[in-house]
Amino acid sequence: MRSMKRTLGSRDLRNIALVCLADGLVGMSYGAIAVGSGLGAWLPVALSVLVLAGSAEFLFVGIVAAGGSPIAATIAGLLVNARHLPFGLAVGDVLGRGLRRVAGSHLMNDESVVFALGETDPDRRRAAYWACGVGIAVCWPLGALLGALAGNAIGDPAALGLDAMFPAVLLALVLPALRDRDVRVPALIGSVVALAATPVLPAGLPVLAALVGLLAGVRRTVLR
Amino acid sequence: MTGHLVLIGSVGVLAAGTFAFRFAGPVLRPRIATRPWVERTMASAAVVLLTALVGTAALTEGHDLAGVARPTGVVVAGLLAWRKAPFVVIVLSAAAAAAGLRLLGVP
Repeated sequence: MRSMKRTLGSRDLRNIALVCLADGLVGMSYGAIAVGSGLGAWLPVALSVLVLAGSAEFLFVGIVAAGGSPIAATIAGLLVNARHLPFGLAVGDVLGRGLRRVAGSHLMNDESVVFALGETDPDRRRAAYWACGVGIAVCWPLGALLGALAGNAIGDPAALGLDAMFPAVLLALVLPALRDRDVRVPALIGSVVALAATPVLPAGLPVLAALVGLLAGVRRTVLR
Repeated sequence: MTGHLVLIGSVGVLAAGTFAFRFAGPVLRPRIATRPWVERTMASAAVVLLTALVGTAALTEGHDLAGVARPTGVVVAGLLAWRKAPFVVIVLSAAAAAAGLRLLGVP
């Protein structure tokens, strides 16, 4: 932990702590919503430890609570989580090998990936990824457990604006990468595609569809 | 009881499948990233996905639009990030803007 502080500095660690804390609060509402909709407390807690991917868990719990089949909920969750494959291709170098790679893979999520991408130095990339990954792996299940036990922990997370925090975190950290035109053009095209696809495609697929934006970059490279 | 077992099995399948997605990238990366342009494209792909996540998480809820308060909060965050405000200020301002608008009755 001390070496992590030396590598990252207290400001970066404070930023990561803020994101983990916010995830913990969302986790509390997640646990409370799951229990409030009639599901056993074990379900959100087990999902939060074993799946450790908030949006897929919300979807899974929502489908099951609405009386949908658990198999449909599983497929929906897997579609949402498919983006971890391209994430791993991008930041896989920070994980190391052997057991570290197994543990590090489980810690992969939107936040840990975006914190890693925000750093250029390899040591800082690694430290940011692991600090955020471990922080969320603690805060998210802990929040889910507290929320599931309390029933209605913090009331409506929307009243606190917590739903605006997640996209704000990603935006703040991804913005420097968008200064590069070769990245910005595919990212903007991809976002338009994702937004256009959201009303018609199942959750998870619109974001994956954004990858067609990369074709713009390929064309530019070939033409050059 | 069968329903309970199906549910437990589903949690297991979702967990295993999610881990497979997470593990595949780090395993495949050394084999695929043999040329600089491939490595660059894989990094771009992550940024493209994250940017699309910003857009969909900011503007949509399920298959519908997310209302006004949340997108406004994210726009505030974008402006502050563009002006290079501290990360904590950016994130808390987004939440405060969305929460404040809702307090005023804006959805």
